[in-house]
Amino acid sequence: MELDRRGILGGLALAGTAFAVPRWAQGASLHDSAIRPGFDEVGGAVIDLTIGRGPSIVQGRRGHATAVNGTVPGPLVRLREGQTATLNIRNTLDAETSIHWHGLLVPFQMDGVPGVSFPGIPAGGHFTATFPVRQAGTYWWHSHSGLQEQTGHYGPLVIDPAGTDPVAADRDYVLLLSEFTPMHPHTIFEKLKKGEHYFNYQVPTWTDRYPLTGAQRRMWARMRMMPTDISDVTGSTYTYLANGRGPLEGMEYLFQPGERIRLRIINGSAMTFFNLRIPGLPMTVVAADGQNVRPVEVDEFQIGVAETYDVIVEPGQSPAYSIVAEAMDRSGMALATLASHPGARATVPPLRDPPLLTMADMGMNHGGMNHGGMNHGAMDHDGMAMDSPSEGAMKMDEGGGMDMSGMSMRDTSLLPPDVSVGPGIDMVSMSPVDRMGDPGIGLDKVAHRTLDYRKLVALEPNPDTRVPSRLLELHLTGNMERYMWSFDGKKFSAVSDEPIRFANNERVRVRLVNDTMMAHPIHLHGHFFELVNGAGGTHRPRKHTVIVQPGGSAQFDLTANEPGDWAFHCHLLYHMHAGMFQIVTVVPPAEDAA
Amino acid sequence: MKILLALPALVLAQPAWAQHTGHDMPMAEPASAPGAQAEDQPHHHETATPASDPHAGHAMPHTMTMPMPAAGTSAPSSETAPPPEAGSGPARAADAIWGADAMKASRAALARGMGAMMLSKAMVDRLEYRAHKGTDGYLWDAQGWYGGDVDKLWIKSEGEGAFGGKPEQAEGQALWSHAIGPWFDLQAGVRHDFAGPDRTHAVIGIQGLAPYRFEIDAAAFVSNKGDVTARIEAELDQRVTQRLILQPRAEVTLSAQDIPELGVGSGLDKAELGLRLRYEIAREFAPYIGVEHEWRAGGSADYARAAGDSTSRTSLVAGIRMWF
Repeated sequence: MELDRRGILGGLALAGTAFAVPRWAQGASLHDSAIRPGFDEVGGAVIDLTIGRGPSIVQGRRGHATAVNGTVPGPLVRLREGQTATLNIRNTLDAETSIHWHGLLVPFQMDGVPGVSFPGIPAGGHFTATFPVRQAGTYWWHSHSGLQEQTGHYGPLVIDPAGTDPVAADRDYVLLLSEFTPMHPHTIFEKLKKGEHYFNYQVPTWTDRYPLTGAQRRMWARMRMMPTDISDVTGSTYTYLANGRGPLEGMEYLFQPGERIRLRIINGSAMTFFNLRIPGLPMTVVAADGQNVRPVEVDEFQIGVAETYDVIVEPGQSPAYSIVAEAMDRSGMALATLASHPGARATVPPLRDPPLLTMADMGMNHGGMNHGGMNHGAMDHDGMAMDSPSEGAMKMDEGGGMDMSGMSMRDTSLLPPDVSVGPGIDMVSMSPVDRMGDPGIGLDKVAHRTLDYRKLVALEPNPDTRVPSRLLELHLTGNMERYMWSFDGKKFSAVSDEPIRFANNERVRVRLVNDTMMAHPIHLHGHFFELVNGAGGTHRPRKHTVIVQPGGSAQFDLTANEPGDWAFHCHLLYHMHAGMFQIVTVVPPAEDAA
Repeated sequence: MKILLALPALVLAQPAWAQHTGHDMPMAEPASAPGAQAEDQPHHHETATPASDPHAGHAMPHTMTMPMPAAGTSAPSSETAPPPEAGSGPARAADAIWGADAMKASRAALARGMGAMMLSKAMVDRLEYRAHKGTDGYLWDAQGWYGGDVDKLWIKSEGEGAFGGKPEQAEGQALWSHAIGPWFDLQAGVRHDFAGPDRTHAVIGIQGLAPYRFEIDAAAFVSNKGDVTARIEAELDQRVTQRLILQPRAEVTLSAQDIPELGVGSGLDKAELGLRLRYEIAREFAPYIGVEHEWRAGGSADYARAAGDSTSRTSLVAGIRMWF
């Protein structure tokens, strides 16, 4: 295998370097009973996980959390490829719970989705998950019961490869991004359902500084939509967390100048896409969703909910570097520091201005309109070169063509007949284009290097490179005002007995068309699929979660070779809860079939 | 090393690829970037003939026809039904492991939990003190609902009066509300007037969000006396800042006939124009101040004059908007 990169294969002697566990102990809880932020590590042949509830305090904000082994996030589950994992789960809650091993290839009955793969773990009950570990890489685990995931029931999962890790590093760290809120998750869901843009404090006003012309503002109002509908739940209630710590709580990773640091970045949040950068330090992406990719150097990348990326960084002589994970709507950030000695800190760039949705996000392929929000005002806060303000203004001036009187934003004749048209669909993308080359909302205008799906190339050849024999097209549908979300206009509650079916070992191209103005991270349990990203038939990136950009489409090829019933859903927790969920059934091989 | 096979053969000679799947040699897709070629496909939505999939279910007996509708060198560009080998019916794989009885409750809970939640909302849109010539008055305008995404029970109440007296007008409505599109609900039910002459009405109306974000509530009423009236309300939230909101509001009532008992003339009965400025301390709780002007028109104005009342009135208002 020829890889053009500096030393990732080198330094094999260092590959055995264990996790240099950072200083979790610092800033211990004020109360013995309170849930501890950060996590311990559990591993070996048999692992015990105990799920409980308790008070949690983040930056002085108090809430109730679900903790596993007493921490939020729960413990780092460390496995080795080739072992048989045995995980004893004890439920001390007064409610049902579950653990889904996100991204793991397991027998379906061990996948941890109540109502699909098993009956759930009742209050006070226990469950033993046991499965052979067939892969390596960075993953995570979380509850699939109710909305427990929002309350802290999640944790990282890392599998060491059976052989030599092609990614060598001196230090190996996990950075799990998530959210804390004192609000009960059911309350959050009810606020979303009752509307009023409850969590959005970035809506257009008479006094905002958005580079929108009067015509554009009227156009958005006419559509009954908002150019700032980026995230449903925002920093108005969330404190964004790095390994369970708020941005003021000093999450730090130690380094020595010149070391190669592997950061395993996991987006374990319920609702937040993050744009992550380390000012002054390029990142080399070496794995996506646990699967190794050809190294690609970037300065910033977007990580959707439930995705994971492994990056290598090589800190230089600065005493510290800030790891800045801005929420996509820029209503807050998670923050950690690469520190050369405990307490070392680097400048933290202020939040950039909120991005705005564009013509492309409306499903129109007109070009010209871009995320203008990036560029207006004096934006050079953090020393990173950005486009000049005037360019931003110019782009927006092209929006004269945005008066779309006479255009229908909801031409349902464009939809295939298997889409159910009703109140749950408020928009139909007029000309949905493949947007896998899009770095994500807020990143299309930054002047530095970003990541997109077309830049991902699998390190190893794909195991199955057959040409798909069938196309499956699914429309991601929704209604922002009513907060309805579904596939093909049908909430799961309406089609719970009509799964998406695949023959055994069937090779299918799945085309996801986003008929909404939100980005959806779509996750298929129990499988990896290959993104159809132009990387060529043999080295397409394998992922378990794919972001479908607003108004656009994404495609993947799937080999349906994991028999059983599997959850398939939008990983935005409240979208799933609103109905954007389906079951995928893969028929067992003929000799096993009934 | 890529192996570029004769691609038609790849598709048609199914046993050949089946032998290869267990090997380490990856099959190559066409050299032309396969991603690109399928990416810009136009929409094709014809449901093609099912069961034309020679790749699926290779372990199954080959009873199906082999030809493909399109050349197999690239992925199909139109959606087709799953092959028969994909099976049919609901997803019940877990029943074989855990038992159907054990799965039943969690399966029902899952279906309920992913889209079938019933919720409720109560909202006081206006609860206000009205200062004007003569005795100052009060007004309430509240509504609430319970239900799912499409069907809801919708309750409305509004009324007003002068301090120290009985309400001059008070009504309650109980409606079935059914979503008829992404933005609007059709509402039908009954209204009862609690102040003044006893009246019950049948109600039919629409409520929802019109283009430019106008909140519209329009309803027609047929009373138990046979009177036909209608009321149209429109509100528009203009955000000054993230929490300061200026809300113009208009309301007209119409009548199809003279109703002397109520002092209502046929045609335009009454019009109101208001402007309220509220500050959202929280989204759910917003005190406001404002001004409202109301006119009696046409025959209604004549009735008012005959009774010695004024035909128009300006009120300064202060109140609270809240919901939970």
